[in-house]
Amino acid sequence: MYKKFNIYHIKKLHKLFIVIIMIGMHTITIYANTHIVCKTCAHTTIKETIKAASAYDTIIVKKATYNEYNIIVDKPLTIIGKNYPVIDGKRQGEIITIISDHVTIDGLFIINVGTSYTEDYAAIRVKKSKDFMIQNVVLEKLFFGIYLEKARDGVLYHNKIIGDAVEEYNSGNGIQLWYCKNIIIEHNFVQRVRDGIYLEFSDDCKIKNNVSSHNIRYGLHFMFSNNDSYENNTFEKNGAGVAVMFSKKIKMYRNIFKENWGSASYGMLLKEINDAEITENTFEENTIGINIEGSNRIQYSKNNFINNGWAIKVRGACYTNTFKLNNFLNNSFDISYNSKLNDNLFHNNYWSKYTGYDLDKDGIGDVPYRPVKLFSYIVNRTPETIILLRSLFIDIIDFSEKVSPVFTPDKLLDHHPLIHKIKW
Amino acid sequence: MVVIENLHKTFQKNKVLTGVDLTIDKGGIFAILGPNGSGKTTLIKSILGMVIPTQGSIQIMGKNIKNNWLYRKKIDYLPQIANFPNNLRVKELFKMIKDIRGNTNTDQELIELFKLSPFLNKKLGNLSGGTKQKVNIVLTFMFNSPILILDEPTTGLDPISLIRLKELIRKEKTKGKTILITSHIMSFVEEISDEIVFLLEGKIYFRGNITQLKTQTEQPNFEHAIASILKNTYA
Amino acid sequence: MLKILKYSFYDLMRSRWSYIYFLFYLLLGTVLLFLNNDLSKAIITLMNVIIILVPLIGTIFGVMYYYNSKEFTELLLAQPLKRNSIFLGQYLGLSLSLTMSLVLGIGIPFILYGIFKSDSIWNFSLLLITGAFLTFIFTALAFNISLSNENKIKGFGYAVLLWLFLAIIYDGIFLMSLILFEDYPLDKLSLFGTMLNPIDLSRTLILLKLDISALLGYTGAVFKKFFGTSFGLIVSLFMLFVWILIPTLRIIVKSKKKDF
Repeated sequence: MYKKFNIYHIKKLHKLFIVIIMIGMHTITIYANTHIVCKTCAHTTIKETIKAASAYDTIIVKKATYNEYNIIVDKPLTIIGKNYPVIDGKRQGEIITIISDHVTIDGLFIINVGTSYTEDYAAIRVKKSKDFMIQNVVLEKLFFGIYLEKARDGVLYHNKIIGDAVEEYNSGNGIQLWYCKNIIIEHNFVQRVRDGIYLEFSDDCKIKNNVSSHNIRYGLHFMFSNNDSYENNTFEKNGAGVAVMFSKKIKMYRNIFKENWGSASYGMLLKEINDAEITENTFEENTIGINIEGSNRIQYSKNNFINNGWAIKVRGACYTNTFKLNNFLNNSFDISYNSKLNDNLFHNNYWSKYTGYDLDKDGIGDVPYRPVKLFSYIVNRTPETIILLRSLFIDIIDFSEKVSPVFTPDKLLDHHPLIHKIKW
Repeated sequence: MVVIENLHKTFQKNKVLTGVDLTIDKGGIFAILGPNGSGKTTLIKSILGMVIPTQGSIQIMGKNIKNNWLYRKKIDYLPQIANFPNNLRVKELFKMIKDIRGNTNTDQELIELFKLSPFLNKKLGNLSGGTKQKVNIVLTFMFNSPILILDEPTTGLDPISLIRLKELIRKEKTKGKTILITSHIMSFVEEISDEIVFLLEGKIYFRGNITQLKTQTEQPNFEHAIASILKNTYA
Repeated sequence: MLKILKYSFYDLMRSRWSYIYFLFYLLLGTVLLFLNNDLSKAIITLMNVIIILVPLIGTIFGVMYYYNSKEFTELLLAQPLKRNSIFLGQYLGLSLSLTMSLVLGIGIPFILYGIFKSDSIWNFSLLLITGAFLTFIFTALAFNISLSNENKIKGFGYAVLLWLFLAIIYDGIFLMSLILFEDYPLDKLSLFGTMLNPIDLSRTLILLKLDISALLGYTGAVFKKFFGTSFGLIVSLFMLFVWILIPTLRIIVKSKKKDF
């Protein structure tokens, strides 16, 4: 990670001759001073230390509690906390605002951000800056956590954001991106805020290895953001796991969506999404694994859908999506459709409810599988009937519907269902 | 020992017993006779508490049997059809009944008497009708109760066993027991019984010994005497 | 009563039917486990089988046992025994032996497969508990039917009808009425409807385990309380007890008044 820490240095110099790089590095080392903040030092507050420092200096913050807010970082600085010094904002407003490029914040414990209904106070805000790095920061008792506003080329690494949000209207988001570009969000832990990670009008961002859980609204939320990717994240016990709305070309790889329970709870909510790739994700024990509305040309492959209420719920206007090589294991309902039309392709998936046979032993069932059950149609209409799930009577009517579909899309079939679970 | 007063029993609309009064206060063998459907079995089952009377009372050894079950310790009953749990062995059945009613050693003698030893380890389901009846008899006689009720005891028995049974009944009588018997075999009844209780249409039509019956019906022969009662009523 | 129970149990434990019933579950469990190699799938399949099959076997065996042991029961009635103890003893003996066939039949393959080391142990115990409850309930119902019907054929007929009604027809009527009244709030009605059918009740127990994700998708407050907390589990188990208790009480009352 040390490489990333210095990414802007390298970027700045990478086109020059090696010698010049050496000299350049040397210059920085020579002219950069280190300032120390502590209760008995020359500087006892972070604010005055920043004022005293020059560009590219390093500020070391020793362990103590600093009651400060509205700390403006207006020059390229590296601020490092030793043993997690506490910065207590006393609920007065924003705590750190970065308005310069090349700023690094490392190892601070920031608490008590002010709450407001008119302004989005954050623990750390990056405003119109680039090449920043925020890492190893712990945020508690916050409104907004890390707020990136028109920022670009920055890294958020290994931060811990623990909120205490109860209601949506008076809580903020853990990590918020607004009109940002090329941001890397990695190894962060976000809990109990409104949206764990929220991207609005932000493109080309990479979100990796984060854990976002117990958030009131979404674990991760995209709005009008394109060409982003998120991989290897875990979204657990959120109001809903991930909401991807009005965005294009989002890549979603190897994430885990777990235990998002409730009447409007989804592992993933897709709304007006085009050309996304959803691969090797695991959706486990969600009320609805994926809820899809108005989304087209999406590739779903090698995903695991395990023990969900509904693995996939399609609510109309979804065209040319393909579902290939997914595992559907023990979901109460595999697929639910609210119309009779189907323009989506189901091919070579494994369905644990499949009861067909494979006489030629090629690993593909000889009878097509029909993933939409009549009962899911009935439950859509009269939700209370869910109580009859697994009743013999329901099995009988499902069977008769399977033989001659009347209410469910008759062309929705997996003609080549797999006999064995797919592993990768 | 047995006092029955004004006993009525109606099954749905079918009046089976319509006021039976019967007092038996001494030992002896009493044959309860009557045509089919006259209420013999109902009377016996009422005494045993298996049928609950619509009206009237029954006292056994001076105690009303209503809502009482302990009095059955004083009664040994030989049911008409013996059908036992098929998977139990004969030995186990004896053990079980002894377990329920208390221990006794008389069973060894009886097993000897009816030559049942070879069957002790057989399952009850595999026994012939006659053997089952012997088992049934052993079960009944192994407890030394003051009252014995035998419902068609001769069913399925071979002549030797029949003789043994008669001897057994007489032996019990000498102990001063009260023995109630129903049977269709008139020779058997004539041979063994001291008194006849004749049931007809739910009432006691006749009670007395065989000589009295013959005199009353003016018939020289017991079987004809019975027949004449029936003829008179059906005529 | 315990003596009667003991002997009925011994008798039944040696009956051919107990073996067949036991072997059936043994075979089913083994095939499901070792052919599929998927523990949770095997348990789900067994749950579906059990909530239908156990009631059927319970009623049929109950009626059959009652009629077959009628003469023996009469012999017992002539013994110094309380009627209660005879019938309750036989009822418990039969229920226990059926439960035993079920528990051993399913238990053996699962133990060999290593159920104790897996996290499906709770689902598995739920499976057995449900099976036991259903056995006790439907055997009691069968005794009720046969106590009320002298005619063997009629008794069998009613037993099959009862099973058919509770296993299938009831849910059909239930579904129809829910759809018919869909404009009204139905969550209380639907829960109430479930309580009145022991098969639905045990199904609810299974839903609580397997389909909690789907059940929590429904918005009604009563539903949420029922399925979202342990309330549902407690109420369902309690109702299953009531379902054993009421037919058992009726066995006592009915047998007291009955002529044999």
